[in-house]
Amino acid sequence: MKALRNFFEKTKPYVQKGAKYHWLHSTHDGFFTLFFVQKDTSESGTHIHDYSDLKRTMSIVVLSLVPAILFGMYNTGLQHYKAIGELASTGFFEIFLYGLLKVIPVIAVSYIVGLGIEFAFAQMRGHDVNEGFLVSGILIPLVMPIETPLWMIAVATAFAVIFGKEVFGGTGMNIWNPALIARAFLFFAYPAHMSGDSVWIPLDGAAKLVDGFSGATPLADAAAGNINFSIADAFFGFIPGSIGETSTLAILLGAILLIVTGIGSWKIMVSVAGGGLFMGVLLNIFAVNPFMELPFWQHLILGGFAFGAVFMATDPVSATQTEKGKWIYGFLIGVIAILFRVLNPAYPEGMMLAILLMNTFAPLVDHYIVQSNIKRRLKRAGVSA
Amino acid sequence: MSEVIKLRKGLNIKIAGKAEAIIETASDPEAYAIKPTDFYGLTPKLSVKAGEKVGVGEPLFYDKYNPAILFTSPVGGTVVSINRGDRRKILEIIIQPNGDTKPLAFSKANPLDLSPEEIKAQILKSGLWPFLKRRPYGIIANPNEEPKAIFISAFDTAPLAPDYNLIVAGQESTLQTGIDALSKLTKGKVHIGLAANGRSKNFEALKNVEKHWFEGPHPAGNVGIQIHHVAPLNKGDIVWTINPQDILFIGRLFETGKLDFSKIIGLVGSEVENPRYYKTKLGVTISSLVEGKLKKGGNVRIISGNVLTGTKVSKDNFLGFYDSLVTVIPEGDKYEFLGWATPGINKFSAGKTFLSSLFPKKEYILDTNMHGGERAFVLNGQYEKYLPMDILPIHLLKAILVNDIDKMEQLGIYEVIEEDLALCEYACTSKIKVQEILRNGINSMIKEFG
Repeated sequence: MKALRNFFEKTKPYVQKGAKYHWLHSTHDGFFTLFFVQKDTSESGTHIHDYSDLKRTMSIVVLSLVPAILFGMYNTGLQHYKAIGELASTGFFEIFLYGLLKVIPVIAVSYIVGLGIEFAFAQMRGHDVNEGFLVSGILIPLVMPIETPLWMIAVATAFAVIFGKEVFGGTGMNIWNPALIARAFLFFAYPAHMSGDSVWIPLDGAAKLVDGFSGATPLADAAAGNINFSIADAFFGFIPGSIGETSTLAILLGAILLIVTGIGSWKIMVSVAGGGLFMGVLLNIFAVNPFMELPFWQHLILGGFAFGAVFMATDPVSATQTEKGKWIYGFLIGVIAILFRVLNPAYPEGMMLAILLMNTFAPLVDHYIVQSNIKRRLKRAGVSA
Repeated sequence: MSEVIKLRKGLNIKIAGKAEAIIETASDPEAYAIKPTDFYGLTPKLSVKAGEKVGVGEPLFYDKYNPAILFTSPVGGTVVSINRGDRRKILEIIIQPNGDTKPLAFSKANPLDLSPEEIKAQILKSGLWPFLKRRPYGIIANPNEEPKAIFISAFDTAPLAPDYNLIVAGQESTLQTGIDALSKLTKGKVHIGLAANGRSKNFEALKNVEKHWFEGPHPAGNVGIQIHHVAPLNKGDIVWTINPQDILFIGRLFETGKLDFSKIIGLVGSEVENPRYYKTKLGVTISSLVEGKLKKGGNVRIISGNVLTGTKVSKDNFLGFYDSLVTVIPEGDKYEFLGWATPGINKFSAGKTFLSSLFPKKEYILDTNMHGGERAFVLNGQYEKYLPMDILPIHLLKAILVNDIDKMEQLGIYEVIEEDLALCEYACTSKIKVQEILRNGINSMIKEFG
């Protein structure tokens, strides 16, 4: 540890402004601050500062994603062995290992490409490396189908970081959730790889598949009028889907951590769920096809709804900035997600587009909240002389 | 007892080193000083030269743009030096006491029998006027303005704050005289904010004031927060504020006809051997307060004021004009390996990401480390938790950053000064310099509207 610190301290002069290796400044600073909380003390303003910083905050978010990541790995293996009919003869660890080996490259590509670009931009701007991508980098793999080619992950990540974030000025300045920008990019650029029946389950070219294998997600089946999933499977996550989105239980564990630590906004999570349930009831009432008849609460455990509500809608940068606005923002995400999901004939999922749409309108929601604050403040009784 | 105003938002920082209720006499200081830098926006003009003799209450300097506002010597003695900084900015006027305590004579009278003009003239001449601050902006009150009311907070909720109830004990009649004088300066009322549950007992018998009781965590004791809940400031409204201990100076002036700048200050913080109160005088050297009273070893930071809003000082500096507290905490100038990843049982945090949040009763030694680098605004909803006002702090700060005067005005810049948003700066995950931004905003307002 001491050797490491000495290394960083000794190399510091070489990356100062004007020094030979100044182009490595942000990289040096990024790693130094990662390993050591710096000895900088307060020079102005408050003399004490909270122990919490962005690294702490982001690492808690990553921690809250761990159940979904681990389950996603297991489920990847599970779906594979189920499809080739060897589930009964395969042990738990073998299943998990298969998934692990499938998922790790996706995560690695996302982090390497994304962090590479982040470091480069930080250096170009002369900024510190921002921690935001630690979360985006893990969210991107989790919202992708497992069979997405790695080069697509790389392209999408690059697009998301550059056009979703850096062109606006970096973390804290972006309008849309960067991870969803990555997914939306692939969704529109390579639709065949982001939907359909062949992307959710790795088959590895297996010759023999079980009878009646479809490969479709329960949501796609339901949209086709074929509602045959088990509620327990959908809740625990033993269904095909994007890597991290299938297990509502794992997502709830993450949600609990985010709420207990106060990092994720419970207001947004609750209002997204409320909006989804509201729209679900409305569709049940006016149902004209089997998908519309799907009991309203089952929407919450299908597709990306839970994942979006807990990890995507709550992104503090792209969400509304006012506390009251969060209720409106979340509720509309829930409503629009289910509306798109059920009534869009082409594609049976709406969470991603709902969140991106509300990201776009978040400043408008905030504007009205701020205006109402201004009006209310003007009306107050003043000091009586 | 009227209704208690309960405030839920805010935070009591669990910092170790609270003062015991013991008052001792501080050792005799070698020097005193008045620092023009304690007053925002002041352009001082000197009335004395180095080497001159001054008596208690003789002017040292005055406000260039309002020459009636005098700043006077807290003791009799010799002006030993006038320290200047960059561009010859006056930093300190240092006076060496010579035991000559013969003060200037002022008229001794019951303020209730005097006219407002007489009271104003006496306060101005004695150099007590600068204790009156003006809201908006938290600058020295302008004697040519008529405030709609005068506000006093009888308690301080800041970390390790001095207990005014203890400080004024036994001086209630002097306090009353001071309040009577203040009441003549406004056509409105004098409002006083008291701590609920009898913690402001020595203030409860006061007459000629409107009492309001407050309950809640810091910043419930900030006068700005109390104004907001009693009678919020709209555009064009002016009120004055004053600290309880400073009212005693005014009270003594009218009671005895003499200036007496004695005050009681708290010496607190985890690096103080026995945190307690000391009787001393305005503008005293820090060394006379802390010498021999600190724990051995370690690099410490001495703060005139509290840990949120105070000024960093060294031993040969002087107590701030408005301060009733000296805080000593450890400097945090050391690296911590993977500090952001530790469980953090000993790391007090406003949030709940450290295990320390499981032990709400514990007190912690907090140092001056930044605990992270400065970032753009990322988290939201954080500042709102620490500001018990109907104000959107982030939107106000963003309006200041883009220098949008209209928005600043609409979003409430008239109602806040640095101390009201200090907790936001403490808790900020992105380590944003909230107080500095706010003061820049206030400066632009002053520039724009004068």
